[in-house]
Amino acid sequence: MAHPVPSVFQSVPMLEVESLACLKGDRLLFRDLAFRLQAGGLLRVAGPNGVGKTSLLRLVTGLALPEAGEIRWRGESIRRAREAFHGDLLYLGHAAALNDLLSPLENLRFACAAAGDAVDEDDCVQALQRIGLADQLDLPARVLSQGQRRRVGLARLFLSNARPLWVLDEPFTALDVRAVADLAATLSQHCDAGGMVMLTTHQDAPFARPPEVLDVGVFAC
Amino acid sequence: MLSTFLAVLRRDLLLAWRGRADVLVTLAFFIIVVCLFPFGVGAEPNQLRAIAPGVLWVAALLACLLSLHRLFAQDYSDGTLEQLLLSSEPAALWVMAKVLAFWLSTGLPVVAVAPAMGLLLDLEQGGLPVLILSLLLGTPILALLGAVGAALTLGLRGGGMLLALLVLPLFVPVLIFGAGAVEAELSGSGAAAHLLLLGGGLAGALALAPVACAAALRISTD
Repeated sequence: MAHPVPSVFQSVPMLEVESLACLKGDRLLFRDLAFRLQAGGLLRVAGPNGVGKTSLLRLVTGLALPEAGEIRWRGESIRRAREAFHGDLLYLGHAAALNDLLSPLENLRFACAAAGDAVDEDDCVQALQRIGLADQLDLPARVLSQGQRRRVGLARLFLSNARPLWVLDEPFTALDVRAVADLAATLSQHCDAGGMVMLTTHQDAPFARPPEVLDVGVFAC
Repeated sequence: MLSTFLAVLRRDLLLAWRGRADVLVTLAFFIIVVCLFPFGVGAEPNQLRAIAPGVLWVAALLACLLSLHRLFAQDYSDGTLEQLLLSSEPAALWVMAKVLAFWLSTGLPVVAVAPAMGLLLDLEQGGLPVLILSLLLGTPILALLGAVGAALTLGLRGGGMLLALLVLPLFVPVLIFGAGAVEAELSGSGAAAHLLLLGGGLAGALALAPVACAAALRISTD
């Protein structure tokens, strides 16, 4: 039986994490944590509060340095190939990265420009309309509700299809039922197109296919 | 390569404009500190004339210090700093843009009103061009050195006081050559040497401070 020969692209797992340990203050949160995320993979990081889910995401993005272990992207350590890795990565953290004095449109345009995405104003307007903020484009961000602030950050998803790896910290927080369904569909689409999503969430989102689950609690110290 | 630089510069200038009350507070602080000296040391013109360069320079330095903590604090608390650190552009570039926007919105206004405050202290007119020049060369150094301190003390409790302790000693050489330039000009020995040293300091700070600042920001957000 001849197996279809996998391309090099598929045979190398794109994100590999090996024997990762995370120190917070003087407490070891987890150790020997390992997983692989391949093209099309949707990974949900699970575990109780305080177990280190956000810390794990920050380690994977390279914002924080691990106590031990290695993270590789396309076979190269992310510390050595930092700039290439960050060009492939979209990270949306707890904080929405919104400045209260700027409008959602200004915030989104800046976020894209700072990240190095070549998008113009029309793209940003369309993204904000798609996420349901058509009427709030020019209001200062300080008058937005929590859910609306979250949406401004999530609008970047529509402009980041070229970035394969999405790392999202609690993306469903403060969203209404419809927005949760839309977001789940967007994430599923990204995976179907060969992208990768790694996220934390406490709620059951209606994904098209069930995500893989990584329970950080298993590796807790 | 320049897109991140320009995006950060444009945004920070826009934010400075929207929050212009902060800029005015810095400027008012500078003016009030200068005005305090005639009350403190007496309104004897000869005495004021003699201390004018030093007073103006110390006031400019304190005004810079007062606003330094704002440089990264907002971006740190709202998560923008993390996003900037995840940019595939070199961090030193956008750090430079932030410092430039900071200097344009706080340093430059101080330089602009300094001649008027010089006249208030009866500084001789011949010293005014050198005063402006020394401030134009010196205040960017303060902003660059201060940015490293601001990055190191980011997110710390009582960071403002620590920031002052950290950067004030580094400001001393700038103060010596800045105020010294004006005094040398007035005494007739020429300010060229002082100004060249300030220029050299600025070139050095431009080359080294953004890199150090970027490294400090990575540590602070870890």
